[in-house]
Amino acid sequence: MRTFSYVRAPDVETALRTIATEPNAKFLGGGTNLVDLMRENIERPDVVVDISRLPLTGIDELPGGGVRIGALVRNSSLAAHPLVRTRYPVVSQAVLGGASAQLRNMATVGGNLLQRTRCLYFYDEASACNKREPGSGCSALGGFTRNHGVLGVSDHCIAAHPSDLCVALAALDAEVEVESTRGTRRIPLTEFHHLPGSTPHVETALAPDELVTSVELPAPVTTRSRYRKVRDRASYAFALVSVAAALEVRDDTVTAARLALGGVAPKPWRATEAERVLLGAPATEESFRSAAEAELASATSQDGNDFKIELARRTIVATLRDLLTDRSAA
Amino acid sequence: MRLNVTVNGERRQADDVWEGESLLYVLRERLGLPGSKNACEQGECGSCTVYLDDVPACSCLVAAGQAEGREVRTVEGLAEGEALDPVQQSFVDAGAVQCGFCTPGLVVAAHDLLDRVPDPSDEEIREALAGNLCRCTGYEKILDAVRTAAGAR
Repeated sequence: MRTFSYVRAPDVETALRTIATEPNAKFLGGGTNLVDLMRENIERPDVVVDISRLPLTGIDELPGGGVRIGALVRNSSLAAHPLVRTRYPVVSQAVLGGASAQLRNMATVGGNLLQRTRCLYFYDEASACNKREPGSGCSALGGFTRNHGVLGVSDHCIAAHPSDLCVALAALDAEVEVESTRGTRRIPLTEFHHLPGSTPHVETALAPDELVTSVELPAPVTTRSRYRKVRDRASYAFALVSVAAALEVRDDTVTAARLALGGVAPKPWRATEAERVLLGAPATEESFRSAAEAELASATSQDGNDFKIELARRTIVATLRDLLTDRSAA
Repeated sequence: MRLNVTVNGERRQADDVWEGESLLYVLRERLGLPGSKNACEQGECGSCTVYLDDVPACSCLVAAGQAEGREVRTVEGLAEGEALDPVQQSFVDAGAVQCGFCTPGLVVAAHDLLDRVPDPSDEEIREALAGNLCRCTGYEKILDAVRTAAGAR
């Protein structure tokens, strides 16, 4: 690991001033992704601004039934919080579906939004990677692609976004609050992450001098929500495919549906096509299948991840079926 | 920097610490506590697991500067004098140790599990230990040890 200088920020203002004046600085929260990437020589900051003691650790109820989650809330605290477990079960389940107990104790919500892909070619300095080194090419194309994306990918990058939490947040219309010395702004989570296009190194809407301070969830359309993750091991593995879903049914008709996919795209993938098909449709397996077909219609695959397209369809159907039949989830 | 950290109930200091070195390095190389092991250095294997302010964390991913003023409990701090913690004793009794490199991390993780869930199901044990990799045992004896420790506590 390269040496770097370390600054502990005593308050948000100092953190923002420091990042605004240092050209190659990074915020350090839980460290579970940044430190790893620094060891791998992929992240090479000159200055690390330790924000882990800033008071951004609250989970607060908002007027109207939403919740504000501080950027430095640990994953394990988020998953265990009563408000989150009762109103947004999908969030709790998504968090517990990721990483290990130790890492969930360390990793923060803000860091989760900013975690980088686990594409093996991104990690391997000997491989070409447009994300790591713009213009160098993409060794994943024609390579081992079992973990790569099938939606929203480009000729420049097919890496999948690794987060579980973000998939749930995308389904629930979360908004991200960010601050800099220039002020505060809010970004819908579905616009926070960028698709790769021809610039896969530009991963988010966050400016280099901005700090994620909180994530807000609006009041849930229904508390009947669920996260289903398909992976190569029963635990401690990234998703091959995951589905975050919330479903409201009245008189056997879908009156509200929120759906997002993980493991299949370079960003948390809000399944708007599927939602459009579901809304007002009879709550049946046939409708669920039609919705899944609509969402995956634009999918493109490599040899190694072709299976993900049908797996995603089936996982969507299975998750919605679970929500329909499990009355205890209401 | 001079690092101040409470380790196993004792206030400790280390001088000339680079804030960017890992807590694991501080524990092993500066404070003479080699129980926590350095294996993957990526948070993948759990061999470096310690309690940091009462929750298990991978000490390889914690910068020394982040540990300033905080409380650490390592595998060395689990026994009461000469008396092993029930988790440690059950690892010995069950033969849950082969090369031993993963053992300190597993002991801390299992200790935390039993503090939170005194009578865990096999599924809960597996999930709680998912972040601790063992390349020798195949895990069966480790599961035996945790079940035994749950009964003994």
